[in-house]
Amino acid sequence: MQTVVLIKQTFDTEEKIVIRDGAISEDGVKFVINPYDEYAVEEAIRQKERHGGNVTVVSVGPERSAEALRTALAMGADEAFLISDDRIPGDEYAVSRVLAAYLRERPFDLLLAGFFSVDNGAGQVAIRTACLLGIPHVGAITKLDIAGGRATVIRDAEGDAETLDVVLPALFTAQQGLNEPRYPALAGIMQARKKNLRRLTLDDLGLTEADVAPKTVRVALNLPSERRAGRLLRGSPREQAAQLVSLLRTESTAI
Amino acid sequence: MNHTYAVVAETRGGGLRQVTYETIAAARTALEAGDRLVAILIGHPVAALAGKLAAYGVDRVIVCDHPDLEHYNPETYFPILAGMLDAIRPQAVFFGHTAGGRDLAPMVAAKLHAAQISDVVSLEKAGGGLLFKRPIYAGKASETLQVAQSQGPYVVTIRPNNIPAAEPTTDGAGTAIEPFAYSPAADLRAVVRDVVRRASGKIDLTEAKIVVAGGRGVKSAEGFKPLQELADVLGAAVGASRGACDAGYCDYSLQIGQTGKVVTPEIYIACGISGAIQHLAGMSRSRIIVAINKDPDAPIFQVADYGIVGDLFEVVPLLTEEFKKAR
Repeated sequence: MQTVVLIKQTFDTEEKIVIRDGAISEDGVKFVINPYDEYAVEEAIRQKERHGGNVTVVSVGPERSAEALRTALAMGADEAFLISDDRIPGDEYAVSRVLAAYLRERPFDLLLAGFFSVDNGAGQVAIRTACLLGIPHVGAITKLDIAGGRATVIRDAEGDAETLDVVLPALFTAQQGLNEPRYPALAGIMQARKKNLRRLTLDDLGLTEADVAPKTVRVALNLPSERRAGRLLRGSPREQAAQLVSLLRTESTAI
Repeated sequence: MNHTYAVVAETRGGGLRQVTYETIAAARTALEAGDRLVAILIGHPVAALAGKLAAYGVDRVIVCDHPDLEHYNPETYFPILAGMLDAIRPQAVFFGHTAGGRDLAPMVAAKLHAAQISDVVSLEKAGGGLLFKRPIYAGKASETLQVAQSQGPYVVTIRPNNIPAAEPTTDGAGTAIEPFAYSPAADLRAVVRDVVRRASGKIDLTEAKIVVAGGRGVKSAEGFKPLQELADVLGAAVGASRGACDAGYCDYSLQIGQTGKVVTPEIYIACGISGAIQHLAGMSRSRIIVAINKDPDAPIFQVADYGIVGDLFEVVPLLTEEFKKAR
């Protein structure tokens, strides 16, 4: 079984955001595989352990993304592709076009990705890519079973659990709860060094800059207004509870 | 030239979702004089709700209601929606940023080779175009986006609970309600086998006006009971921190944070939550934040409007009692 996993390198979720010169500063930031993509990588490796085959991880992003791909190789993926080109904007239309161009040349049975990235959070790229390729998809899965060229998945739809049968090849996006990602073992890290990490540009994919002209433009970037600490209530627990209820009733119509 | 704008409506528990009214309001912001607004309703049973939609300043309602559409499936819903959009050729398509909207919108954007701006919390007209504000890094920052080519169609998803909902403007009598014929596909690539409605009857976390959330301090699955009781009295939804989910006290579908859901309720009551950065990202845009924690140094108090330093197992039942009392 051939599996391709789409991953993105993101800020660790414990990082604070600093804006410098109109852009988000990457100084001293710890980068990780986007947590949802990490579930997708783990799932691909587990399916390989069950059914055999090959796992390819691919990322569209700056050179630093190579580190995320190396981590995926150390977890157990077989080969990696970094599509890195200054001409590719971050716009979801552009990234999905690039991924679709890459995947058209690469037969696969299973395409996995994260439900959304914890930085941009739009959750578009994977589904757009599946649509461009004309394959079915199920988003936000918490379980994947594969047998006889079909997948049975459970989708988390705002807490409801929907079970679907899907013909492969198909895309599934990983929701929390799908699995518990492994930490790369030392042996895996050593092996990863010998595995193939190839770099591709727009030219390798037969695309021009005009093909990936962005559809959206960012005109402003802001930090939210800082919340200030309010006040601690005083008195016995019962007094504090009574005080809080009275405050909330006065200040909010929701109660 | 006049344009048509489309809003894809959603239902939950037999009624229209609150976010649908918010999405209509958002789409109306985009309209110029002479533009038309079309509401799209797909599902089962939904036909009876078309008349209700008609009253919200919508020029047409297009409805596709068939027993095959009882459960959401991109393989059945998308061809219907695509067929409708081929007929109306909209300038923009607006969705709620919900389980369904998040899934369908990128399909529409891919089909139209269009811009999509996701998870929008506000929009305004500026210089003949529209500016869309959306949180990034789960709200640690926000960006304002524009569609690059204003001529092209574009797709928008609207985050629940942020844009004031549309109010009914007419009795809807002048609005055309048009059925859309459903033709079952010969061979579906994906089939829904089963749906377990764990969330039905409950208030959706992202749409809730009040959220009661528990963290590691709740200590066990059992420990969520007093939180649920408080939530029941308030008509609130229950949420959790990653700590509580990782510890197995509750389902991941309740998780609030940069991984998990971002919520923006009117009131957020954090019980036994320390306030890790990744959790704060998911809730700090709530209007009023209440924190209950044993540790007076917990970071959650730095963002809370009101803090109670104390044992949640003592304080939460007292709150429930107080809220019941004054009703």
